[in-house]
Amino acid sequence: MFRNQYDTDVTTWSPTGRLFQVEYAMEAVKQGSAAIGLRSRSHVVLASVNKAQSELSSHQRKIFKVDDHIGVAIAGLTADGRVLSRYMRSESINHSFTYESPLPVGRLVVRLADKAQVCTQRSWKRPYGVGLLVGGLDESGAHLYYNCPSGNYFEYQAFAIGSRSQAAKTYLERRFESFNESSREDLIKDAILAIRETLQGETLKSSLCTVSVLGVDEPFHFLDQESIQKVIDTFEKVPEEEEDGGDGEAEAEAASAAPAEQGGAGDQDVAPMEM
Amino acid sequence: MTFTIPIENGDSVKNAEADSQRTLYPYVTGTSIVAIKYKDGVLMASDMGGSYGSTLRYKNIERMKAIGKHSLLGASGEISDFQEILRYLDELVLNDSMWDDGNSLGPKEVHNYLTRVMYNRRNKFNPLWNTLVLGGVKNGETYLGMVSMIGVSFEDNHVATGFGNHLARPILRDEWHADLSFEDGVKLLEKCMRVLLYRDRSAINKLQIAKITEEGVTVSQPYSLKTFWEFKAFNNPTAGAEGSW
Repeated sequence: MFRNQYDTDVTTWSPTGRLFQVEYAMEAVKQGSAAIGLRSRSHVVLASVNKAQSELSSHQRKIFKVDDHIGVAIAGLTADGRVLSRYMRSESINHSFTYESPLPVGRLVVRLADKAQVCTQRSWKRPYGVGLLVGGLDESGAHLYYNCPSGNYFEYQAFAIGSRSQAAKTYLERRFESFNESSREDLIKDAILAIRETLQGETLKSSLCTVSVLGVDEPFHFLDQESIQKVIDTFEKVPEEEEDGGDGEAEAEAASAAPAEQGGAGDQDVAPMEM
Repeated sequence: MTFTIPIENGDSVKNAEADSQRTLYPYVTGTSIVAIKYKDGVLMASDMGGSYGSTLRYKNIERMKAIGKHSLLGASGEISDFQEILRYLDELVLNDSMWDDGNSLGPKEVHNYLTRVMYNRRNKFNPLWNTLVLGGVKNGETYLGMVSMIGVSFEDNHVATGFGNHLARPILRDEWHADLSFEDGVKLLEKCMRVLLYRDRSAINKLQIAKITEEGVTVSQPYSLKTFWEFKAFNNPTAGAEGSW
């Protein structure tokens, strides 16, 4: 994407019917570190890569509990993500207070999308620079949604956002058809494997990722380091055969995906405000 | 989504004129509602009377209405406030169905919404002068609850309002049990309604029984109970009281 005369204002259309500022906001999502979501009939797993500003600092929190039955993973401008998480928590708790009943995820997601849309139609605002993977449970089962800075939202069986998410998406595309019937443990394993794909050959350690689960009879919570490491140990035990095949594929795909993603960023490093 | 309940000039704290619009007393009132959980859902009984003070002025008032797909609301107290509540619930149910997303308001949600409304009005010293009974079935779970005009709210296996609390509930405490059949449930309710008919001055002998199950709501046609007045004590009630007639 290159600069043009229609991209200064979010309220300016291009002659080809695009709102460039909104598209630029979606670029910001691609700069953040990866976040992944997958769902089965009864559970939703959200996972993210832990990225720290420097060795001295702790990593940014990218997954938030919205309610016992809803969690959200973000990628992009974390500050925007935090503010939207607060909004989601507020909506959820207000609904619970009035109706003593959990807010259906589908409705929360629509409110979130409408909120994002407003920012695409005001000259004094800018779009939120964060993509949200919202996972939750309601009457009709487990759901996973992706909310875009554009104000669009989509429902997914599995999805990945952020940098090098293409590798994860490829992995998920191969496996998604079985997710609906997956057990909770298999779902978690697939999430961690998908995270591994985004790490580009870096050894997968539990300190590098955060994993959260929610399901029927299981309120949203994070998995502790130990549990994550246990899952990692089950597949890192077959290093030679699996890794060569798996990594070879992942590397080839990532290599082709990387230029496309980094093309947008151009000559810039990841901005410090984005994680 | 917020549901605003607009009252013109309603803020009686800041506005003296609004004071005259607060509810001080009820005018046209309905008497008891009695409701029980039974095997397939909830059975609710009420008479069709609307009293204007001590006059039994209106004799065709339906005090039980279906709310959405899963709930049944019965009300005693001020009839106009009940109608107002039905308007709020109409809006609530409409907005809920407009989402068109496979989720729907169940009896628990409606009950809690009503609790919030009643309590908030009570806090403004402008109550909706009703005691509400909310029953329903959703996803196989039966629900029965009550909210008073001051916002007191609870669930139980059997509830009653007004005189029903004093006359019907003792009967229900003794004779209600889980998994009543429809026939037994109706018989039990009729027993309670008969006592109310004898003893509650504002009761009339024209009642309806409503049932709500997973399939939905049915409100019966109005009918009357057989009564017996040939008790010996009624024959010459003032026999022992000199000077009375």
